[in-house]
Amino acid sequence: MALLNIDNISVSYGSIKALKQVSMHVNEGDIVSLIGANGAGKSTLLKAIVGLEPLVEGSITFEDEIICCDTVSKSVPTEKIAKKGIALVPEGRRVFADMSVEENLDMGAFLIRDEEVIRKKKEEMYDFFPILGARRKQKTRSLSGGEQQMMAIARALMSSPRMILLDEPGLGLAPLIIQDIFDKIAYINKSENVTVFLVEQNARMALKASTEGYVMENGRIVLSGSSKDLLNNDSVQSAYLGA
Amino acid sequence: MVNFFLLILIYSGIYALMAIGQNLITGYTGMLSLCQAGFFAIGSYVTAILATSLGWSLWATLPVAALLSAMFGVLIGLPTLRLKGDYLAIATLGFGEIVRNVLNNWDSLTGGPMGIQRIPMATIFSFTINPYKKWAFLALVILIVVISYYLFERLGRSRMGRALQAIRDDEIAAASMGINVTKYKVWAFAIGASVAGIAGSLQSVFSLSVTPNSYTFMVSIMVLCMVVLGGMGNFAAVILGAFIIQLISYFPQLTGLSSVIPPQFKQILFGLILVVMMIWRPQGIIGVRSYRVGQKKSKAKGAK
Repeated sequence: MALLNIDNISVSYGSIKALKQVSMHVNEGDIVSLIGANGAGKSTLLKAIVGLEPLVEGSITFEDEIICCDTVSKSVPTEKIAKKGIALVPEGRRVFADMSVEENLDMGAFLIRDEEVIRKKKEEMYDFFPILGARRKQKTRSLSGGEQQMMAIARALMSSPRMILLDEPGLGLAPLIIQDIFDKIAYINKSENVTVFLVEQNARMALKASTEGYVMENGRIVLSGSSKDLLNNDSVQSAYLGA
Repeated sequence: MVNFFLLILIYSGIYALMAIGQNLITGYTGMLSLCQAGFFAIGSYVTAILATSLGWSLWATLPVAALLSAMFGVLIGLPTLRLKGDYLAIATLGFGEIVRNVLNNWDSLTGGPMGIQRIPMATIFSFTINPYKKWAFLALVILIVVISYYLFERLGRSRMGRALQAIRDDEIAAASMGINVTKYKVWAFAIGASVAGIAGSLQSVFSLSVTPNSYTFMVSIMVLCMVVLGGMGNFAAVILGAFIIQLISYFPQLTGLSSVIPPQFKQILFGLILVVMMIWRPQGIIGVRSYRVGQKKSKAKGAK
């Protein structure tokens, strides 16, 4: 059984349907990518998973437990979903800019009450991302875009999540830095056994980094399969890879 | 002259309490609320009514005033806290005016526009704190300000304080860290309201009478000015802000120029202070953290 199972969900913004009967699943330990153009509904899907957008129909289960469905009272609120082990790295990083790197990481560990665990976890993050260790006392505002993205990922990892949702980690970053971040993601996936669900516009990078892939267009999943197959798929190549 | 200066200090203290509450709501949590006057009025009337009709002492009415203000804070908070920025400001402004209008018209309970007179003086161990002997009253006010400052400073550094700052910086990010945004916002609102209620209690045992006209929208604006002037997110700074604003508002009487300077002068000055501070020193005259309303968004866009 999949760790995260999305079953036939729809999300509307007023009269506009942003997601139309989307179904997909993410297996434990995998890196799964979702690619698609601007406005395809990728970020909406991530927001729906963490309970920030109400569903019109369908349901989402995490570890066989319903976390979101079409009735609000049966859905789990966002902060409880975080508690269950899903960490979102939101689009555009959304760091707490006035706090230092260290304070940001502390916020990531908001649900952990044990100071010793938090301290160890922070050391671990500084090992993963040495640049953050070097800048731990700096205001996040003064970090570069790539560093802020790394910090956002580290902040999400502070709560030792089972699964991490990444919303366009490569947004606005130089290709070399994106590569660096994707390498880190692959490393974290292996060493920490964190399942990764990756949403990207940069299709080639995302498909290369992942094992399974989904393609979204106009709020629907139009293609899915192993990332290798998708990379070689003619329609994906012409639409997203510029081949 | 000394007496007049003491009066300013006492009012500074009373307003500092409201400013401390406003700082939790606006400085820490980033909610632009404009109804401290409403909670101030509720606190005043609770003490006035309980003291005159039931003969309660100040000490018995204080917790009731704080609790009732906090309850109204929750009541107004739950439906309005999903509003942001100027929308929240308008909704809370409306609440403040509703409170004043209710006090003005509920004759049987509040005495209507005449208000409530002859409120008994506060006593402590059979010693009467006579508002005409200002030193004793000032000591009482300072005591309560110091206690509140200490408690709020602790609160600001606590887990809850950090959660509030995270909510101010970015609600979505805060929620995905596992912070219950609604719960913490309502708490901040209720706690900020309760301390304004306590300020109200002190006000009514100081002036020994309450009338609805003492709780106008201008009071909320003054409190906001104190927070902006002192420094958002810094409790010591907003107490200083309260003192400076009080000095300014009594400036004509203090200098003996009240016949020359029209009373509207202070409203002009408050507006000017808000504008000047926002442009040149948004972190306030002390201000530990730079924080500007709206800066967050432009920065996020710049980062893309």
